[in-house]
Amino acid sequence: MKYNKKIASAGNKGKGIRSDCFVTIELIENKGLDIQLESKVKVLYGDSIIALTKNILNFFNIKNAKVLIEDKGALDFIIAARIEAAVKQLIDTDKEYVYELIEENKYKTEKDRNRFTRLYLPGNTPSLMINAGIHKPDGVILDLEDAVAPDKKAEAQILVRNTLCRLNFYEAERMVRINQIPKGLYDLDYIIPYNTNLVLIPKCESSAQVHQVNEQIKKIKDKKNIKNSIWLMPIIESCLGVVKSYEIASAADNVVALVIGLEDYTADLGTKRTNHGDESFYARCQIVNSCKAAGIQAIDSVFSDISDMEALKENVLRSKALGFDGMGCIHPRQIKVVYENFAPDAQEIEKAKKIVNAFLEAKKMGLGVVSLGTKMIDPPIVKRAQKIIDMAINMNKLSKNWREENEEI
Amino acid sequence: MKKYDKLVKNAAGRIVPSEVNGKPVIPFKGIGKHRPTGHKYAPPIVSSLDFPADGNKVVSSLSEALKKCGIKDGMTISTHHHLRNGDLMSNKVFEIAHEQGMKNLVWFPSASFPCNEPIIEYLEDGTINRIEGSMNGPLGRFCSEGKMKGTAVLRSHGGRYQALQDGEVHIDIAVIAAPTSDPFGNANAIYGPSACGVLGYALGDYQFADKVIVVTDNLIKFPCVPMQIEGNYVDYVVVVDKIGIPEKIVSGTTKITKSPDRLFIAEMTAKFCDKTEILKDGCTIQSGAGGTSLAIGVYLHKLLKQRNWKARFGFGGSTKYMVNMLEDGCLDYILDAQAFDLDAVRSIRENPNHQDVSIFHAYDFHSKGNYTTMMDIMILGATEVDVNFNGNVVTHSDGYLLHGIGGWQNCLHAKCTILPIPLFRDRIPVIKDKVTTLCGPGELIDVIITERGIAINPRRTDLIEKLKDSDLPIKSIYELKDEAEKICGKPAKPKLSDEIVAIIKWVDGTVIDAVHKVEK
Repeated sequence: MKYNKKIASAGNKGKGIRSDCFVTIELIENKGLDIQLESKVKVLYGDSIIALTKNILNFFNIKNAKVLIEDKGALDFIIAARIEAAVKQLIDTDKEYVYELIEENKYKTEKDRNRFTRLYLPGNTPSLMINAGIHKPDGVILDLEDAVAPDKKAEAQILVRNTLCRLNFYEAERMVRINQIPKGLYDLDYIIPYNTNLVLIPKCESSAQVHQVNEQIKKIKDKKNIKNSIWLMPIIESCLGVVKSYEIASAADNVVALVIGLEDYTADLGTKRTNHGDESFYARCQIVNSCKAAGIQAIDSVFSDISDMEALKENVLRSKALGFDGMGCIHPRQIKVVYENFAPDAQEIEKAKKIVNAFLEAKKMGLGVVSLGTKMIDPPIVKRAQKIIDMAINMNKLSKNWREENEEI
Repeated sequence: MKKYDKLVKNAAGRIVPSEVNGKPVIPFKGIGKHRPTGHKYAPPIVSSLDFPADGNKVVSSLSEALKKCGIKDGMTISTHHHLRNGDLMSNKVFEIAHEQGMKNLVWFPSASFPCNEPIIEYLEDGTINRIEGSMNGPLGRFCSEGKMKGTAVLRSHGGRYQALQDGEVHIDIAVIAAPTSDPFGNANAIYGPSACGVLGYALGDYQFADKVIVVTDNLIKFPCVPMQIEGNYVDYVVVVDKIGIPEKIVSGTTKITKSPDRLFIAEMTAKFCDKTEILKDGCTIQSGAGGTSLAIGVYLHKLLKQRNWKARFGFGGSTKYMVNMLEDGCLDYILDAQAFDLDAVRSIRENPNHQDVSIFHAYDFHSKGNYTTMMDIMILGATEVDVNFNGNVVTHSDGYLLHGIGGWQNCLHAKCTILPIPLFRDRIPVIKDKVTTLCGPGELIDVIITERGIAINPRRTDLIEKLKDSDLPIKSIYELKDEAEKICGKPAKPKLSDEIVAIIKWVDGTVIDAVHKVEK
């Protein structure tokens, strides 16, 4: 057998590591497979872990090896990802040990669905992924970029692939942040065939980068016969990106939103990020403006102090007032705060109901002009009101049949 | 070799021995079916004339005190666990007994902690035959591997007191570590360097033991008030340098969980209490000191405050979070059997509405009523539950005995018993077809709350009815079990030997289950 090296390892171990494992494989001569398992779940899952390991090694045609699995309660698709990552350092192969997509993971998402909250999940940290869906973010972002150490990029690709297949995120939009282009183009093979709903393109500075991503996605889709749309969300993190934001926002039909990334942007600007955000005021307004001009959503940067929920709330309200449609979350506890403060409040919903009612009444009576009390109402105001109503219905804050129910009263 | 051949199937369908450590025991008959009659056990009659007229019962050392108590082979010696993981006295007692050449003693603690690991040495060398009491960590592991000579007997806090009143357990010598004492033996736990707040778990020990030794590191002049322990029960007083390590006795501060998943469960539990209307003005609440329980308390506190409601009493294990509720006007009284942190100790000392009580009041099977049956909201944990809502708190799914029962069995008798637990822990599903060890029958467990859904015991049609239109994720326990196994895979069964290493007593003294030796 041709091999690159004799010994390789993948995964994580050490204090505080949970739901993960560390796999070491050493190629040996003629002695078959010697698999050792150290695991706190050995009594309950030891036999199945050993069987899985044999199965994967057979799949990759590895007949003689010493394997050590140091397991901290990893689920089987995580163990499989670690074994495959170690194997792929040892030998060159195009084969992939891929799981089938579970039925629950086959959903599609709409272009204009709510994206108030998107939870970032480091792409090589299983413990943070497993329960992410229970917190009901609008989207989860499996992050292959900044949250993964450079020497862990390859194993993260495999882990994220297996996660997309096996882990249920309970209807959250399934997003992946790939690496910067061009490197990130190679991430697409690991995610596009496995029902990724949306791809985030980091440090995006031109429409050309969006096209590059789309071309690569198309190649994979054609090859794998995938029909559904895959949305894009470019992240603007530089001064040039801000300037080019409209070009990027309108680069393709499947761009659904731009995100602003303020850590990198403020660094590019040569200043520091503050809570009041004066330094990024221009950029934020510019992003919102470009997005609205292109008819897509604008998403604000994450708020990094995970302990200060009051400051987060203020930040969200400011963001909403500027015209943003959502914000990234880096901790599950942020989701509720971001969601509740982006969502239309009772007063907004009441006003929107009045406006939509007035519009529908006027239409029924054949009137060209809509008025509420003494005020004339322009079409854009009706449109905005309808959007709030839709949102409120979507969030269970308003009944679908709110007009009929109103009439009954 | 099987240790037991006299095995019977009890009313819960579990195979248990009918004789343990050479004495006959009664298999579990069903909840409320066992009603012992006759008179309670009483300690020997003594005469006050035989005790020093000047009230000074101080002797020079613990070794001397044990000798004066007539320590001999095979005796039962008890200690309490109020010094928690900072306890220095339990180990000391057996170190001395070992030096004195004693054999086959029975240790009867109200609970043990990881700090009691040195006891293993005395179990190995024959100084101690067995432990009758809860076992944590290393001792549980030792017992599970079949290394204890006798068979361990696990009882609830209430069950321990019941056994003393029945005369099922006879304490020869009770050694009571007391943070403050006078020479007469009046003692309390609210003053002194090792202050632990209360001493309620030592109640049966001084009431029923033949001989009682108080050991203190803070001897004050007579009288020591308040008298949480009355010196009239005490034979000897011993002064030592240190009875415990303060920072390990109570946590400086107990902390609510930071885990977003646990907080999620806590929030859902509070919502459940609210929607079922078991949370109401004047309600009563008991919740433990674990991170999730504390968080539930904080969420319930918030709801009470919002509505301007007051809970009538909370039963402790008290913590600063419960004290906050009291001081914030959302709780009228804390009735307390155990103080978990320094704020709780302070509150007991200063606040007349923070009252120390004992197992007699809350948990005792032979008292004329129990506080626990009056609790509206009871929050408990479990290592496992099964599809019939049976609960396990002593063994893990791999068969190892690693926890004590504590007050858990006694608390099950509350009006609504809720177990907020993660659906799986590090891949290990919490819901089984059948619990590894049965500690509490499903008839008494009302609700399981997990991050992926809530299962209500089908017997509680009232709760099911209340929530039929709510947005809470109500599922059947089978659905939850399937969901966990879909994520984690179906676990194999642990390999357990026929050999019985411990028995689990129900609150009435009958044997509800047996723990088997783990095959290595």
